Amino acid sequence: MERKTVYMDHAATTPVHPSVLEAMLPYFSRSYGNPSGIYGIGQEARKAADEARATVSSILGCRPSEVIFTSGGTESDNAALKGAAFALKEEGNHIITSTIEHHAVLNTCQYLEKVGFEVTYLSVDQFGMVNIEDLEKAITDKTVLISIMLANNEIGTIEPVSEFAKSAKANAEHSRILFHTDAVQGASVLDLDVDKLGVDMLSLSAHKFHGPKGMGVLYLREGTRFIPQQTGGAQEGNRRAGTENVAGIVGTAAALRLAAENREASSRHCQRLRDRLIEGILTRIEDTYLNGHPTLRLPNNANISFRYVEGEAILLNLDLQGVSASSGSACTAGTEEPSHVLLATGISPEMAHSSLRFSVGPANTDDEIEYVLSVLPGIVERLRAMSPLVAARERNGGNDV
Amino acid sequence: MYSDLVLEHFSNPRNVGSIPDADGVGLIGSSICGDMIKIFIKVKDNRIGDIRFQTFGCGAAIATSSMITEMVKGKTMEEARGVTNEAVAEALGGLPPGKMHCSNLAADAMNKALDDYEGKGPRKSRKPLIDKGFGVRGGREMPSEEMKRPPER
Repeated sequence: MERKTVYMDHAATTPVHPSVLEAMLPYFSRSYGNPSGIYGIGQEARKAADEARATVSSILGCRPSEVIFTSGGTESDNAALKGAAFALKEEGNHIITSTIEHHAVLNTCQYLEKVGFEVTYLSVDQFGMVNIEDLEKAITDKTVLISIMLANNEIGTIEPVSEFAKSAKANAEHSRILFHTDAVQGASVLDLDVDKLGVDMLSLSAHKFHGPKGMGVLYLREGTRFIPQQTGGAQEGNRRAGTENVAGIVGTAAALRLAAENREASSRHCQRLRDRLIEGILTRIEDTYLNGHPTLRLPNNANISFRYVEGEAILLNLDLQGVSASSGSACTAGTEEPSHVLLATGISPEMAHSSLRFSVGPANTDDEIEYVLSVLPGIVERLRAMSPLVAARERNGGNDV
Repeated sequence: MYSDLVLEHFSNPRNVGSIPDADGVGLIGSSICGDMIKIFIKVKDNRIGDIRFQTFGCGAAIATSSMITEMVKGKTMEEARGVTNEAVAEALGGLPPGKMHCSNLAADAMNKALDDYEGKGPRKSRKPLIDKGFGVRGGREMPSEEMKRPPER
């Protein structure tokens, strides 16, 4: 078979859609003015940014003034958590989040702990689901902020955020609890209506839905107390200083509109391919296990552990065959700990190290799935042939290496 | 991220397998790192006559295992002792910085095999040599300070 290039790491990033790039280009060179300028090219930029804000607000079901453009999902998460926590610290110092959040949330919570906040990290079940009763029990009269992700980036589990938000508000004893959701992975496949979700803050990252890197959105419900984390000029309604990245803002809106328009068709397409991939791997390769929830998962996410072999070794082989995917093994990132998300679901470090994440996109095809399924069994077999864990299994059926 | 030589050893590893009647067996395993290297040696005239390895691990772990078998085959015990993890990495044209500590353990595994042969270690032990941490972990702890994996959605 000829060498192919098969990209299946859409949870990491996506290519900028050609129409998005086209929409952005004029704001680099032709209409390059500062939106704060009163002259022609400044006003052209202002108009474009305003229109983009209106587009994003219509998809989120909110007011344009509730949309803040940021430099990405990480900044949105930081701004939301720190901005709300610092604004509310007189009311209470307790924050609730989950153990499977992205590091943009987890490390921000750890920072907040260092400056006097108390954080409860809710555990998850074997599928990566946060339990609503655990959430209710964790709420105290000091709780001011809850942050639970809409869908997990590694295992794809979709959390019932609207139920969580509703319950949290009902269980709030004193001050009104703010609810934030990191919706970075859900943008192209889930409904982002902020009223249906019942959230006060929501984070998005443009490059996850075929927009540009370095762009994000923070939805901030009107009336939410918030201390800006980046100070300077009066941009973004005094909530995020700095000259607007007009091309990026235009690209973010164009990409989000495209994502919303194609959401159903794209989800269907991805889910069909994903199911074919999961089924193919689980039936063609022994000792493989699906991580995450069997049904309540992102339609494009397949996370599978290949027992006895290490994820990065499979990835390297896949890359040599032209296939791009990702792994929950720490070795990919050059650090020591395997994925905190996989460990949180209760699997062993060894199985976490043995995991691969395939995240398909609208451009992937049935042929590409078949190609991956044709090369993967040989790769796993070759690596298992040199694994001391396989030899141990054959000798004594266990981990006695 | 890897040198061509690392990828070459990773793709075509030398001396994979086990030696059923080995004179020495060395195992290095870490439940945190997720790398496990097992080295088997057969000694002839105070030299390493045959050497084989089995490795569970990333590209660097497999490539360093392969490389050390080539470096020490035919060498005397003393010469083999002189081969360090750093020397293995150097022979491979270097490793990414994050891999130097985490996945560069082949020389340690070989030294354990030499210890085993020389009777300094748990010779031909039937006990599991791997640390207990490799079993199921509760996964209910709070996120630790060590959670430094860079953001990668």
